[in-house]
Amino acid sequence: MENLELKRIANEVRKGIVTAVHSGKSGHPGGSLSAADMLTYLYFEELNVDPKNPKKADRDRFVLSKGHISPGLYSTLAQKGFFPVEDLKTFRHLGSYLQGHPDMKHIPGVDMTTGSLGQGLSAAVGMALAGKMDKKDYRTYALCGDGEIEEGQIWEASMFAGFHKLDNLVLIVDNNNLQIDGPIDEVCSPYPIDKKFEAFNFHVINIDGHDFDQIRAAFKEARQTKGCPTAIIAKTIKGKGVSFMENQVAWHGTAPNDEQYAQAMKDLEKAGV
Amino acid sequence: MADVKKIATRESYGNALVELGKEKADLVVLDADLAGATKTGVFKKAFPDRFTDCGIAEANMTGIAAGLATCGKVPFISTFAMFAAGRAYEQVRNSVGYPHLNVKIGATHAGVSVGEDGATHQCIEDLALMREIPGMVVINPCDDVEARAAVKAAYEHVGPVYLRFGRLPIPILNDEATYKFEIGKGVVLKEGKDVTIFATGLCVSESLEAAKKLAEEGIDAKVVNIHTIKPLDEELVVKCALETGKVVTVEEHSIIGGLGSAVCDTLSEKAPTKVLRIGVPDVFGESGTGAELVHKFGLDAQGIYAKVKPFVKENS
Repeated sequence: MENLELKRIANEVRKGIVTAVHSGKSGHPGGSLSAADMLTYLYFEELNVDPKNPKKADRDRFVLSKGHISPGLYSTLAQKGFFPVEDLKTFRHLGSYLQGHPDMKHIPGVDMTTGSLGQGLSAAVGMALAGKMDKKDYRTYALCGDGEIEEGQIWEASMFAGFHKLDNLVLIVDNNNLQIDGPIDEVCSPYPIDKKFEAFNFHVINIDGHDFDQIRAAFKEARQTKGCPTAIIAKTIKGKGVSFMENQVAWHGTAPNDEQYAQAMKDLEKAGV
Repeated sequence: MADVKKIATRESYGNALVELGKEKADLVVLDADLAGATKTGVFKKAFPDRFTDCGIAEANMTGIAAGLATCGKVPFISTFAMFAAGRAYEQVRNSVGYPHLNVKIGATHAGVSVGEDGATHQCIEDLALMREIPGMVVINPCDDVEARAAVKAAYEHVGPVYLRFGRLPIPILNDEATYKFEIGKGVVLKEGKDVTIFATGLCVSESLEAAKKLAEEGIDAKVVNIHTIKPLDEELVVKCALETGKVVTVEEHSIIGGLGSAVCDTLSEKAPTKVLRIGVPDVFGESGTGAELVHKFGLDAQGIYAKVKPFVKENS
């Protein structure tokens, strides 16, 4: 798929994100928008998944460890055809299957229930381990936040993945530099992120998480990496694509009002290719 | 009971895993650097390819088990109850319980009978913690025969199960040839008309002994083994309460949140009955031998007898 087409889809994913959060009057747009390009690449280029058969036995697995960016995942899954884009408007509504955080029991395409930070990577490690035990060639991907890696469980999981040489595991860190209380290097800095994962025996690739050439090259390099898991540290902009949300910590977990929603959609229409 | 054969239920656990492992290729076992103590080491020896030591990282072990379960494995994860139910509580709740994944938690060294390690390692809160999680089955077997049967039943049950095992060797009560284990079904071990003693885990054999002493005093106690704390056999609990009136619960656990609370929850709604809860009062344990601690907290036959006798005799 050409980069231009990926950009077009990512822009649609972003529209779905702001629509879901606006409709739910609740949710996390900032990190969803920062991860939108990587989510788009994963579901449209990288992952072996089938929206018509979401539980396909030997599919690639994806775990959204930073589960609060569910709007990003749901919007991508909807674009891919796992469920109607229209349903994004039920996000976080009472009775909707689109729960506040990913719910594998009710949402087609969601491989693991997540939301409590730090837990998803361990589940992804378990999926990768199962693949190794059964000598299957499916791959497992997990997306973590750069604030999320302050959780100790991330490092328990990383130590295990590195030690067990899980080269069927790819961790993507969405390095948008902001967490709820402020810039990550002012709250409790996890930097240098790349050096830490290297120390845990990961192959580390630093990229611009909004550049599809770099994203493509990184996932290719991860596939070619044998004998250790890969960590892709993706430098991103929180709120990417919506002018007034970019790099604003306030948009971590705030829903736009009607006026802001209209402005956001205008920004995204303008960016549409 | 000097001539009665004794086995710690953690031994039963390891042995049952090996037996099951022979038939069930999807069964995998994880431990957190305690394989020698939890007895999963015997499984490791028999099936090294299906055993993974996660190191001292219980939260991660729980999450890995969740991931394995999504791929069709039936993981049994083991560590001490303190760390399985305590340290990794939120992982059990959110990564296993909420998605209702097919993970079995084999928690050993539960209760004060851990002994010498003292309060940091004596988990007397695990039944309460696990019972709170929707869809979690909570089993606390009373002897070797029941423990091995419980492991098999846990494997067959689809969904999360918490199995509680002990370090202290305890008498074998049940006859393997005839014993049938069913999740959620209490077992009446001795009939009686003056009081019902609902006991669980190592307190079952002690309660039976206590009932003998009570009989010498003219008190006819019914003794019921409640191996499944959740789902509780409510029908049996209510039936016994209606038959005998007064009810006693006995557990090697805090009197807050475990069997005593579960029985009170049921009876207060369905058959209000005076209940005496015997267990660890609202305090931490301490160092000592397992047997000394069981005695200190009045969970042995003598202690149970000493509390039940006045309870039965007092006017309601």
